[in-house]
Amino acid sequence: MKALGHVFKYGDNVDTDVIIPARYLNSFDAQELASHAMVDIDPDFVKKVQPGDLIVANKNFGCGSSREHAPLCLKTAGVSCVIAETFARIFYRNAINIGLPIIECPEAAKGIEAGDEVEVDFDNGRIYNRTKGTEFQGQAFPEFMQKLIAAGGLVKYTNSKKAEEA
Amino acid sequence: MGMTMTQKILAAHAGLDSVSAGQLIEAKLDVVMANDITGPMALPIFREMAEKVYDKDKVVLVPDHFTPNKDIKSAENSKAIREFAKDQGLSWFFEQGKSGVEHAILPEAGVVTAGECIIGADSHTCTYGALGAFSTGVGTTDIATGMATGELWFKVPSAVKFVLTGKPGPYVSGKDIIIHIIGKIGVDGALYKSMEFTGDGIASLSMDDRFTMANMAIEAGAKNGIFPVDEQAEGYIKEHSKKEYHIYTADADAEYDEVVEIHLDEVRPTIAFPHLPGNAKTIDEVEAMEPIRIDQVVIGSCTNGRMEDMRKAAAILKGHTVHPDVRVMVIPATQKIYKQCIAEGLVDIFIDAGCAVNTPSCGPCMGGHMGVMAAGERCVSTTNRNFVGRMGHVDSLIYLASPEVAAASAIAGCIANPEKVGDRV
Repeated sequence: MKALGHVFKYGDNVDTDVIIPARYLNSFDAQELASHAMVDIDPDFVKKVQPGDLIVANKNFGCGSSREHAPLCLKTAGVSCVIAETFARIFYRNAINIGLPIIECPEAAKGIEAGDEVEVDFDNGRIYNRTKGTEFQGQAFPEFMQKLIAAGGLVKYTNSKKAEEA
Repeated sequence: MGMTMTQKILAAHAGLDSVSAGQLIEAKLDVVMANDITGPMALPIFREMAEKVYDKDKVVLVPDHFTPNKDIKSAENSKAIREFAKDQGLSWFFEQGKSGVEHAILPEAGVVTAGECIIGADSHTCTYGALGAFSTGVGTTDIATGMATGELWFKVPSAVKFVLTGKPGPYVSGKDIIIHIIGKIGVDGALYKSMEFTGDGIASLSMDDRFTMANMAIEAGAKNGIFPVDEQAEGYIKEHSKKEYHIYTADADAEYDEVVEIHLDEVRPTIAFPHLPGNAKTIDEVEAMEPIRIDQVVIGSCTNGRMEDMRKAAAILKGHTVHPDVRVMVIPATQKIYKQCIAEGLVDIFIDAGCAVNTPSCGPCMGGHMGVMAAGERCVSTTNRNFVGRMGHVDSLIYLASPEVAAASAIAGCIANPEKVGDRV
């Protein structure tokens, strides 16, 4: 499983209020939420993002509210992976649960710039910056995590496992 | 090796004699809570897993964020959880008029108690750590799983120990202490960890101070914040809840990643400047700056909308009027607190001073409704987050402060020192 796309780069402490402001939380429709993704930190994000693009950020990405709307809107907007130095813990869990791949890799967060074309191989955790020709090692995704992401999240994964066992 | 207080609660709920930091466990849940933003989103996920909740006494729904319903979509969301609560026969559905902000109403109504393992689909669920519970915020998928199964997996956290000593000064409360702490360790200073508050200084902190401090543990990135259960906490628990409770204490040889000493008598009224709760400045630093003119003050929320907060704000505002350029919203966090404010004459003080007194709601804290800000406006708020755009326009600014600083600022029209207004009351 791989991700490939261009990078949107952000700094420290990107909070869930800028990823998806509370004023849009009267809906949990994924497409509607995606149309407002990152609006308070980068109003052009939604216009520019292409399927497969990545977000790279520094420390504590996704801090703040527990809203699962935040990883959901990024995934639905087309983001294939978020790489950061560290993630806030609720965002980390939520991202995995809805099937948005995220990788903690401080070196990659420092060595990747906005607009770079980046490839991530989830089998071995390799992050390759095609633009700069540099490579970083993140943690590989174990098999169950890849299956979970491929299934589209924890619930679908759990249900597919149940179906297999039946 | 000994366990921290949090680890002991998690071990007990996982049916294990001991756990250590980093261990993955499945723990049984005593309370599973969601609100009108996260609850409706959880329902379709829940229905993929189960028809009935695991325990109708343990699944709790609180419509409080966009209530009283601010628009049609919000009304539909509240309706969805109201009907679900009815269908499932839930014991705890907090309807408007009998309700309040979730993290104020749950302890007040005795739904949460010491020693429990609690999840809530709201990041400030860590508030109940003030009662000596393990309590943490989760997302929608996790809450739906909790509603269906009564269990959830956790990674056992390591901990940072805060040793509180001394006694806070007259105009220093839980809010100043927690902003001081977050300023010291940073907004990711306790990332993935427990913040365990200990020390002789805790005796001088009221339960409302402790709720405020545990509430903002998430603003340091923590998984949970927790206080030991002392006589005062036990008194509170017995007064509010009929539930059985368990008191856990950290082992003497528990291991901590870090020990931070906080001398309460050295903490000053402290304000978090835009745009991070860790951007702490003391009132003395603020007074040395050019005055920071403000447009709005909010006194309320799950952080500072409790009775003591109302009393402290009213003591400052009594006999004064709000600055002509400032709008003030006072929002008692529950109906009971609201009624008590009326009984004690505090509502008269607020209204006579020129404040709006609103029905319990999270409203302005996350720019939902009842106090959304325009471009360029500044607010002193007793809430918990001052992120970009949190209370409205991306170009509005939020200064987080205690009820006393907020009240003093409302009078002065700029961020002000409650010690000085207090002298004149």
